[in-house]
Amino acid sequence: MPDQLLYAMEVTLNGLMAGVLYALVALGFVLIFKASGIFNYAQGVMALFAALTLVGIMDGQVPFAVLINAVFGTEIHNFGWEVPAILAIFLTLLVMCALAWCVQKFVMRHLVNQEPIILFMATIGLAYFLEGFGDLMWGADIKKLDVGLPQGLNDTIDQVTYGWFGYGFFIDNLDIFATVIAAILVIGLTIFSQYSKQGRALRAVADDHQAALSVGISLNYIWVLVWSIAGFVALVAGIMWGTKSGVQFSLSLIALKALPVLMLGGFTSIPGAIVGGLIIGVGEKLFEFLIGPMVGGATENWFAYVLALLFLVFRPQGLFGEKIIERV
Amino acid sequence: MKDSIDSHVTADGRTIGGVLMEMRDITLRFGGVVAIKGISFDIREGEIRAIIGPNGAGKSSMLNVISGFYHPQEGDVFFRGEKRPTMRPYEVARMGIARTFQNIALFEGMSVLDNIMTGRLTHMNSGILSQALWWGRAQKEETANREVIEKVIDFLEIQSIRKTPVGRLPYGLKKRVELGRALAAEPKLLLLDEPMAGMNVEEKEDMSRFILDVNDEFGTTIALIEHDMGVVMDLSDRVVVMDYGKKIGDGTPDEVRNNQQVIDAYLGVAHD
Amino acid sequence: MIYREAGDFSTTYEADSQTFPIKFDRYRYYLVLAIAFGVIPFLVNDYWANAVLVPFLIYAIAAIGLNILTGYCGQVSLGTGGFMAVGAYAAYKLMTAFPDVSIIIHVLLAGGITAGVGVLFGLPSLRIKGFYLAVATLAAQFFLVWLFNRVPWFYNHSASGQISAPERTVIGIPVTGPNTEAWAQYLICLVFVFACAWLARNLTRGKLGRTWMAIRDMDIAAEIIGVNPLAAKLSAFAVSSFFIGIAGALFFAVYLGAVEVGEVFGIQKSFLVLFMIIIGGLGSIFGSFAGAAFLVLLPVLLKNILVGSLGWSTDLAAHFEFVIVGAMIIAFLIMEPHGLAQLWRVAKEKLRLWPFPH
Repeated sequence: MPDQLLYAMEVTLNGLMAGVLYALVALGFVLIFKASGIFNYAQGVMALFAALTLVGIMDGQVPFAVLINAVFGTEIHNFGWEVPAILAIFLTLLVMCALAWCVQKFVMRHLVNQEPIILFMATIGLAYFLEGFGDLMWGADIKKLDVGLPQGLNDTIDQVTYGWFGYGFFIDNLDIFATVIAAILVIGLTIFSQYSKQGRALRAVADDHQAALSVGISLNYIWVLVWSIAGFVALVAGIMWGTKSGVQFSLSLIALKALPVLMLGGFTSIPGAIVGGLIIGVGEKLFEFLIGPMVGGATENWFAYVLALLFLVFRPQGLFGEKIIERV
Repeated sequence: MKDSIDSHVTADGRTIGGVLMEMRDITLRFGGVVAIKGISFDIREGEIRAIIGPNGAGKSSMLNVISGFYHPQEGDVFFRGEKRPTMRPYEVARMGIARTFQNIALFEGMSVLDNIMTGRLTHMNSGILSQALWWGRAQKEETANREVIEKVIDFLEIQSIRKTPVGRLPYGLKKRVELGRALAAEPKLLLLDEPMAGMNVEEKEDMSRFILDVNDEFGTTIALIEHDMGVVMDLSDRVVVMDYGKKIGDGTPDEVRNNQQVIDAYLGVAHD
Repeated sequence: MIYREAGDFSTTYEADSQTFPIKFDRYRYYLVLAIAFGVIPFLVNDYWANAVLVPFLIYAIAAIGLNILTGYCGQVSLGTGGFMAVGAYAAYKLMTAFPDVSIIIHVLLAGGITAGVGVLFGLPSLRIKGFYLAVATLAAQFFLVWLFNRVPWFYNHSASGQISAPERTVIGIPVTGPNTEAWAQYLICLVFVFACAWLARNLTRGKLGRTWMAIRDMDIAAEIIGVNPLAAKLSAFAVSSFFIGIAGALFFAVYLGAVEVGEVFGIQKSFLVLFMIIIGGLGSIFGSFAGAAFLVLLPVLLKNILVGSLGWSTDLAAHFEFVIVGAMIIAFLIMEPHGLAQLWRVAKEKLRLWPFPH
């Protein structure tokens, strides 16, 4: 087989893996959008915030240490203990649930029945707030996140593909792991929303707020629940991305790519988020590989957005969205 | 049919002329749902034409077809004797068809004055540069059109709320402002989608008076949808009755009132 | 009774549709103009010009531009940074290609070119609405910045990849380049702000403004009463981008002098201008000024208090700024979606009746 084709195949595989991570962030968007019609711009920053919190707890950092030191002139940094990964993840999850409650209590509850675009802008404000808040709480330096996930070259795939093609594919163990986790999450969420009582309530709310309210479903509860689940998904995505490239601000920019993913997949479809993520992941890697060298590289910065833009012009409802009938 | 007479004078002395608009075999589907099944009728110049029927009969869809918002899969629309090609709604508006909406569709962020001024958009054509400099044509045009809409404002007796943001008005006044916006366009055909829905008796009387006056003073042709039978029978010259997307009656209020199919539809005889 | 309108009557429709129909407002407006043009140029120093006044004026132009698109026409854009970059690079190419032509012409042309680019990226707005469009404008943001970064023709193949403004003069006085004095910087920006605000006001109070607002408030109804949605949206994109392009050109040529595109015109810039119009007031020219002033002054103020007086690190102050700005955005959206401009209107309303509120 010609080398070029083999490289392209490897790039495609890596693109698929990257796509899974995009899909993971996109999943969080879809959940909130389905349940409340809110397009949560802050989802990416939530992933960053979750990762920051996780690292902070694991390292035994004192929250707001820099702020406290600045105000009181003290010199505190660490509690001096380290928290095991599992416990830290659980604690972070609690923090994300508390965050969900706060968002509902202080922001979204006051914006019920506002136009979607106002809600969207409010979540941009939320993203800004969280970004500053996370940095205030845990400091803005780039952190390493290691919760013990497997990382590095997968030897088996390398050897098998070498045996087949005479060229070993480089696939990261972390990517494989992420794919498995994403698959489990999707299946889990689908089961949850189809078969559990809360899931049914959630779908009812998504369908019609008023009607759901009138059969005795507490909107407040459902929305806190759905923001918590989104926080959980953000945490998972934060762990994956954080392990891969360190916990830093650019994490929230990578997470922005989930937006074009959603535009491809449609905002209301979980399978759409997955397929959209894969298309974007593979598309941008292949484009960079094939076209990138001709135009100066770094096309990954914009490829996803331009693809989504062009796609939307021809199919505004996304791949899996339903056709919208306009009424007067 | 008696429609063959080219023009005649009604009992109260108004002249009804030739055919202004004709709908011929209109069929409209949404996916598998058929909203309108092969309906034909016409609207004559100067008359008040009502479209009635039970909920879900397809009346609003019919109005949307007339104003170019829905495009029927089959059938043709003739306007002043010419077949109308498929048009975008704003092009239809420029032909002189204005309308009001069932659920008031005013621009909530703008004042009453600005809302009614939007009705004049089809009559304004100054260039962007002239507007940017607020000079020459743009300013003249603005003043000239302001004079026109002030007449509409006087006619509808809403002088005192001219500068109020529409969002703050009560329901009845909103309906009146919406009528004003449609009138400002000086339309040849005015479509009213349930102009009296949700009004009390007094407001209904006011609105009826405005509708009759518009028809009488400006000679504007009106097609309206309304649920209040008393109002429809009093106001309209001819009535189309729809049920389940089909036309089941057409004629003067008296003819329609005695039509067995219409009585069945309203009193609820089982459909076979 | 400080603020009164009794005795003010409009006797013609022209008088009724002017910008400041109330005498008191009109005189205050003249006073502000007199101070801005006649007093401040003599007082301004480098610190005030660079830290506050010049960025305020330029952001005000950008905010007016975005407000036309978002506040008046209802199309949210996250591509402001990218469009400012178009203005900056267009100005740079024009300045270096035609050194003899006046910088004023260059800035205006830069606005025109940006308008063209804006229309191009506005084309999808006919099919895409709401936040779909907002995300689509991200494509403009990322693509444009990438383009100026990667295609050497745009920065005249300079080794650093930066663009820097050569010295240009207006009636013999340098307004760009290192020899520019603070008052000249200030004055040229002021002239542009004044012109832009005046044009924007004229456009928004007339026919075009009503078409835009109709699309914003209810696009379907607008189309049915005779608004061509494509023309309305594209004209909003064009006019908006024109102003934003001018702002970008001034930001580069007059304010910074040298620009690295990713740093200066990144996505943060888009958000900054969007926040200005949310805080200042959507759909208000005055609000664009208020929002620009607020978000230019806030960091200066925080820096002075937190870093200057309390001795905190600049990092910490910057994080605080994020928290405060984010919280304010949410607070404004919840309590006063029409921003500072509406607070100002309400205050005037109260003053009008004071001291007899009933």
